[in-house]
Amino acid sequence: MKKRMTGLTPLRKWLVLIFTFAIVQLLIQLNIINDYLQATIATIFINIILAVSLNLITGFTGQFSLGHAGFMSIGAYVCGLTLLRIPTIGGFLAGLLTGAVLAAIVGFLVGLPTLRLRGDYLAIATLGMSEIIRIVFINLEITNGAAGLSGIPRFTNWAFLYIFAVGTILLISNFLKSTHGRACISIREDEIAAEAMGINTTKYKVTAFTIGAFCAGIAGALYASYFYYLNPNTFGFLKSIDVLVIVVLGGMGSLSGSVLAAILLAIISTILQDFSDLRMVIYAFLLIIIMIFRPQGLMGSKEITFKVFRNLGGLLSARKGGK
Amino acid sequence: MAILSVKKLTKSFGGLTAVANLNLELNQGELVGLIGPNGAGKTTVFNLLTGVYEPSSGTIVLETEDRRRELQGQKPYNICKAGLARTFQNIRLFRDLTVLDNVRIAMHQNANYGLLSGLLHLPSYRKEEERLKKESYEFLRITKLDSKANELAKNLSYGEQRHLEIARALATKPVLLLLDEPAAGMNPAETAQLTQLIKWIRKEFHLTILLIEHDMSLVMKICERIYVLDYGMLIAEGTPEEIKSNKRVIKAYLGEDVSNAGD
Repeated sequence: MKKRMTGLTPLRKWLVLIFTFAIVQLLIQLNIINDYLQATIATIFINIILAVSLNLITGFTGQFSLGHAGFMSIGAYVCGLTLLRIPTIGGFLAGLLTGAVLAAIVGFLVGLPTLRLRGDYLAIATLGMSEIIRIVFINLEITNGAAGLSGIPRFTNWAFLYIFAVGTILLISNFLKSTHGRACISIREDEIAAEAMGINTTKYKVTAFTIGAFCAGIAGALYASYFYYLNPNTFGFLKSIDVLVIVVLGGMGSLSGSVLAAILLAIISTILQDFSDLRMVIYAFLLIIIMIFRPQGLMGSKEITFKVFRNLGGLLSARKGGK
Repeated sequence: MAILSVKKLTKSFGGLTAVANLNLELNQGELVGLIGPNGAGKTTVFNLLTGVYEPSSGTIVLETEDRRRELQGQKPYNICKAGLARTFQNIRLFRDLTVLDNVRIAMHQNANYGLLSGLLHLPSYRKEEERLKKESYEFLRITKLDSKANELAKNLSYGEQRHLEIARALATKPVLLLLDEPAAGMNPAETAQLTQLIKWIRKEFHLTILLIEHDMSLVMKICERIYVLDYGMLIAEGTPEEIKSNKRVIKAYLGEDVSNAGD
């Protein structure tokens, strides 16, 4: 009885994850998921990594950041440049890791001074940081300036997307269940009380910011090696807003909300492809409608966990038993 | 032995001196009251002691058996680490978190595992989390909140929220506890229960307690010594009996005319 309360056993959890992976992999092999759908899936999974990591900073730690595109671009450019020189799978992984670490270092250095600011001031500071990174990439020779990098070999595939997205989600949800994660959440709840309870608030804001930047760097690297081409303007202000929209729509403080919103928004924009002129208008209109009826986001601060699968299983076996 | 000695503590906000030349001394194990009319600067004193405000001048020294620390100018989390915990007058719980998490967060400095172990849930994480949970439940049992461990803090009744503030402060394992109006808004029965709790935790945890309170029956009943503050200055100090009959205190509370009429 007690075991049922704790959800799925770790073994079953892994089985569910592997099963999901295998099914999509099979559908890709059988060409039921075509190239176009694959690109959509890549966008969804990259957005999931971005949104989940921004949610750690904004939704859980309560620090309003508009600089996620900046961290993403660092990961993208480092991985892109590495791949143009070492076009192997080893180069891809090395570039991805270096990019993520570099994004984390920049996040740490930028976070130290700016995270003393609050609310809108922090938002402006992170926005400025992200713009500076973009302008550096436009002006550097090695990044080929405004023309961008092209011909980056593709190593990002379904397996890497899945592993890194699931890895990011597991890592961040683990973090949130640890004393360090709880320290971050307490800052969102009440910064003065958190400090009075012995929590070094600056340290934990910077920690959340650094982890978030690291994951954004991974997302950038996956992006670089999927879409062949990098341009500094891809990583402008609007990209940060895109990620923020996913976080707010899914629910600040809900990881599964971010996942859900990333999928939902991709589906909506795919459907809207047919209404080319009105696409952005309808998209914005839908967002407004959702926010009017669910101001706390799709999930609020609740989570869908593996319990859902257990409950589904329970429901099915109950029906069988009923017959 | 004086566990806390405050000397010439002053805090000015622009032209306004909220606390002026305050001297306080708390002995190990004492239960001391800090009273005064509204706006006398009592909460400012707490904010100075816990590092929310930096003093304009003066010293705050915390002396335990093994260490002597100067607290003025320190960050609040370091002061908490040194052994000073507090509750808040205007309840500052982590409202959207569970009762259990409120206490667990206060045990943060007591958690013995690193960031990596937290990210990967290594064995040291599991072992420590188990211990933290168990200890948190003990603090909840003391304040009779263990049956509500999984409720959100904001859904507790007012009296329960005040109790949770105390449980949370205790979880930081302090040597000196500052209680800011713990009985505010409570009915007489709840106040009586709170009185028992304060007496009990003081004995159980060998605490020294400094208490701000407006409920005079509570203050007179449990405090061994009382400091009286008015306009940021200390106007009296003594046992409850001495304070009750002190002319300056009566004047501060009731005004000049009344005390004249009494003569």
